[in-house]
Amino acid sequence: MLLGKLADLGGAPTLTLTAPLDWAGLRAALPPALAEAVDDPRNRVALNGALLADKAALQAADGDEIALLPPVSGG
Amino acid sequence: MPMCDIRLLPEMFLPGTLIGPFTQANKGMGGVCTFVGEVRPDSEVEALELSHYEPLTLPGMHALADRAFDRFTLMGLLMVHRVGMMRPGEPIVCVSAAALHRRDAIDAVDFCMDHLKSAAWFWKREKRADGWHWIEPREGDHRDLARWQN
Repeated sequence: MLLGKLADLGGAPTLTLTAPLDWAGLRAALPPALAEAVDDPRNRVALNGALLADKAALQAADGDEIALLPPVSGG
Repeated sequence: MPMCDIRLLPEMFLPGTLIGPFTQANKGMGGVCTFVGEVRPDSEVEALELSHYEPLTLPGMHALADRAFDRFTLMGLLMVHRVGMMRPGEPIVCVSAAALHRRDAIDAVDFCMDHLKSAAWFWKREKRADGWHWIEPREGDHRDLARWQN
């Protein structure tokens, strides 16, 4: 799942990638502009709806949902 | 048992249809405070789109409501936020707090609104003549949030 302006960089609000994925694998599977953007510490990552304290520790298996979350703009 | 009504609405809503029943449900209260926010009319903005991430946005609003109940002496809290496409003039948020004493009701609404405006899991973009533009939080929104940090 790509939220906010990260969906523009990814070209779609969702991407389907081949599991398993760690952080390096995820970055390699993303379009280059998006891969660069996700390194920004302001962009957070959630796995199956739970925020990761350390996104570099990502371990995603088949069927998992990864969300890439840019800074919120609020309501 | 405190009454807590937290919702995300994908369609246009009429605040009065929520506030009336909410007020009726809180028998014996001393006062109710309600804030309704609308999409501000701007001659250059044709539409506003609010996106959210279901697993974080609604649980985040429930956590905010829990903090409001911890911080203020409340009888009930209504917190409703639109998502999706909106036009200028449409309601976007409605927060209503019922309490025995006015200060708790007024401050709880202020507290919830400051957090919804800058810290809730929403992403906002505006459609203007030249296309869509993502909106960043305003500096003032972060200042408003900092008021509650003690």
